[in-house]
Amino acid sequence: MGLVVEGTALGAPQGSHPEPWVVGSNHSQAGGGHGSSISGIQIVTFKWHHVEAPYLIALWILVAGVSKMVVELNHSLTSVIPESALLICIGWILGGIIYGADKVQTFSLTPTVFFFYLLPQVILDAGYFMPNKLFFSNMGAILVYAVIGTCWNAATVGLSLWGCWLGGAMGDIDIGLLQFLLFGSLIAAVDPVAVIAVFEEVHVNEVLFIMVFGESLLNDGVTVVLFNVFDAFVSLGGAEIDAVEIIKGIISFFVVAFGGSLVGIIFALLISLLTRCTKNIQIIEPGFIFVLGYLSYLTAEMLSLSAILSIVFCGICCQKYINANMDERSVTTVRYVMKVIANGSETIIFVFLGISAIDPAIWVWNTGFILLTLLFIFVFRFIGVFLLTWILNKYRLVPLEFIDQVVMSYGGLRGAVAYGLVAMLDENKFNEKNLMVSTTLIVVYFTVMLQGITMKPLVTWLKVKRAAVTELTLAEKIQNRTFDHMLVAIEDISGQIGHNYMRDKWHNFEERWLCWFLMKPSARKSRDYIFNIFHQLNLKDAISYVKEGERRGSLAFVRNETKADVDFNKKFRANFSEIMPDIMADNMGPDHVPLSSILQDIVPSVCLDMHELDLKMRESEDFNAHHLLQQHLYRGRKQHRHRYSRSHLETNKDENEVQEIFERTMRSRLESFKSAKMGVAPAKKIQTKHQKKDKPQKMPNGNSTDKSKNHPYGDKDFEFSEGDSASGGEAAGGSFPMRAYRAEAGIVNPAFMAEMDPMDNMQQMQQIPHAALLPQTLTSFDP
Amino acid sequence: MLLFCLSVEMGSTNSTLSKIPNVEELMQETGFTPAHIVRLYDRFEALDKEKTGHLRPQDFGAINRLAMNPIGDRIIGAFFSPGQETVDFHSFVRILAHFRPADKNRPKDPSMPEPVNNRTSKLKFAFQLYDQDKDGKISRAELLQVLRSMLEMQVTEEQLESIADRTIQEADLDKDDAISFEEFRKSLEKVNIDHKMSIRFLR
Repeated sequence: MGLVVEGTALGAPQGSHPEPWVVGSNHSQAGGGHGSSISGIQIVTFKWHHVEAPYLIALWILVAGVSKMVVELNHSLTSVIPESALLICIGWILGGIIYGADKVQTFSLTPTVFFFYLLPQVILDAGYFMPNKLFFSNMGAILVYAVIGTCWNAATVGLSLWGCWLGGAMGDIDIGLLQFLLFGSLIAAVDPVAVIAVFEEVHVNEVLFIMVFGESLLNDGVTVVLFNVFDAFVSLGGAEIDAVEIIKGIISFFVVAFGGSLVGIIFALLISLLTRCTKNIQIIEPGFIFVLGYLSYLTAEMLSLSAILSIVFCGICCQKYINANMDERSVTTVRYVMKVIANGSETIIFVFLGISAIDPAIWVWNTGFILLTLLFIFVFRFIGVFLLTWILNKYRLVPLEFIDQVVMSYGGLRGAVAYGLVAMLDENKFNEKNLMVSTTLIVVYFTVMLQGITMKPLVTWLKVKRAAVTELTLAEKIQNRTFDHMLVAIEDISGQIGHNYMRDKWHNFEERWLCWFLMKPSARKSRDYIFNIFHQLNLKDAISYVKEGERRGSLAFVRNETKADVDFNKKFRANFSEIMPDIMADNMGPDHVPLSSILQDIVPSVCLDMHELDLKMRESEDFNAHHLLQQHLYRGRKQHRHRYSRSHLETNKDENEVQEIFERTMRSRLESFKSAKMGVAPAKKIQTKHQKKDKPQKMPNGNSTDKSKNHPYGDKDFEFSEGDSASGGEAAGGSFPMRAYRAEAGIVNPAFMAEMDPMDNMQQMQQIPHAALLPQTLTSFDP
Repeated sequence: MLLFCLSVEMGSTNSTLSKIPNVEELMQETGFTPAHIVRLYDRFEALDKEKTGHLRPQDFGAINRLAMNPIGDRIIGAFFSPGQETVDFHSFVRILAHFRPADKNRPKDPSMPEPVNNRTSKLKFAFQLYDQDKDGKISRAELLQVLRSMLEMQVTEEQLESIADRTIQEADLDKDDAISFEEFRKSLEKVNIDHKMSIRFLR
């Protein structure tokens, strides 16, 4: 069953149809390929049925791909209408063609194909690329929305529809309370596929995004339970339902949800363990991920647990370990293939959602039912979100604002999952199945198309009310960026996330046990890549420091001009579409200038004389200055938005930038430390002594040791974990001479002196065998 | 369960508050609520690993993420008044109070000192980040320093200078080749400082 002609089994036996081209034979006979009773050798035969099934599948995939290509031809169109909507339209056209040709809809999206072959990869993609930190720190809110929100939606929609039916608004249909509740539960769930598709066009802040996205993924647990429970109730008939059944229903929710997640986590462990051992078969490493991911989905399905939750958690939990364990090329392969199949599946899903509609057999129109459904899901979504947010805001650190709530409500799109569920209903039990199918399709189209199209204008309108759009001066631009950095720094200093005992405990546990168990030893070491950079940096500096000191024979310090040759991998910034206005930024200035045109410009490095009054010159100066700022200002962490995108793979330019900043900060600290130590001023005796003592230590026996390993610098995630001092550990940040930020003080830093006075500190320094990490040595006194 | 947690929190809040000297005055001055103070105190203690009751630059330096911030070191410097080598809890909180969102409903009371989180104070804080030598002006050199730290390494010195020149040109009204606080303030009059310099959770 499936994509193929309904009713025809896969791999139908040959010989039911067309003739082979028979060369040298007078008549055509059935059984061309068999060669049972032929009159001559057939040189070429047309064996359609031989290949029918795979051919059609491949053909449909091709068609979907081509549709996507057609849709993306006109970029201005896709910026107004989301791609998903356009794909549905193409689906309609194709469906119309097929229907016209066959007089019956031979192809449609069947639940089997959808749930087994199209959905898993989309969800695996979502799980694998999930920004874990964000996800887990907002987990509470996400769960509230997913569980309570979905139940609320299901109950209210179902009950309201029932009420309206009782009131006669829908005319005469053969349906009951339970069926309404079932319908409510399947239509209530926000759909991950649709959400991504639309939110991709609309860039919202990361918290908001993760809320909607997380909710759409986790609500499957609820949807599955509700669906099964009500389905069972309908089968039992209304009379059999008593308290026991209801309690069983509630218990099944917990079992399904936690069970599903557990299955996913188990598979994640399996994957991680497996990748730990695949060093010799790196070429097929990526395959394991996909196969095991898929198996987790099927296993959960087999055990009647929530398959979506299973595969999501599988993706979420394994990402860190497999990224660490696998060879870099394998990681890249996994990422790309994941995107390819997820994107492909999504395209196919939307095209078929369109095609499936062109089938008069399923259409039952009941104005009351349809319109009321639309109304209720819309209204109750808003009410639900606002209510829950109001409650949540009392407990949240960062409250969700009005505009966020509006976007969240409006972004509650329904999609293919609802359609898949409704298509699975048994028509014998549900007499009005076709009505429900039709309604679901209408709901899906409405949300995906209308809400999708209007989402962006809505967001822009809401946002623009707060910000004035003017051309910014240089000072303003610089200052805006400074503010961003400032805020990030203050957030870090004030420990925004707060000390969560559980979280710290989890981190410690994870570092000690899980990483040891699941990661390759070599991976564990190289995870500390910041430490690597710093180590290299220090190594070089230490060497040159010693050389310099020896050469000069004095304490004068020469500023080390050489750049550390750490490999930065600066990737060329090709993708400027990333620079888009987002919902929170006030800065709407020249971000809109098409930077691709500027890209080709070579900024002249001529020194521009300020006093030149040539207007033309001034204009280009202005332009260059703005352009320089645009291109080269470091983006603050606020802008390192981890944008989950179905169609774009983020190249790690954020990482490069962070790397560079870190390196510079370390260098400047290192240098100030050195110059402070050397003392540009009269050297105190203590100082000299220290000097001499220190020198031998700084001999680079460079490998920094376990001292730094104790301290996790964090994941390779783009965000370093809150490996700030709270979780304990010596940081490379270390000694912080005031000099780093106080302007040219030619004086010996008293802060240093205070540190250096106690002689025993210095003794300890001597004993520490590890090398030149000067800043580190000062802080890492670990008695 | 939630209520239980909340009540436990309330209990510990009070006990922590009692540990801090002059807490009333602090709250009055900065406008923080007891819950905030407690949270900040916990943070302060966590940073102060050696339990001296004061923070030194290296304690700040231990925060990894600050090293990944181009102006991280400057911000750290802002916590230390000139000549001071340590920061006590009160100063810590006072600096952080700059980042509270402005209290919209606060009545304008001329007898009270300027609240520390109003626009002028925030701007002053920002100004001090640039003006390291505290002469009340941002000189070209100081601006260059900031720019250098905020721009990528591939930007050449000449480019930096040209940007600095242009910036001063735009903002410098009295043509003394430096930006005074007034000029600074004026150049940012269109910017919503409260929005840009506030951290929501400190509200």
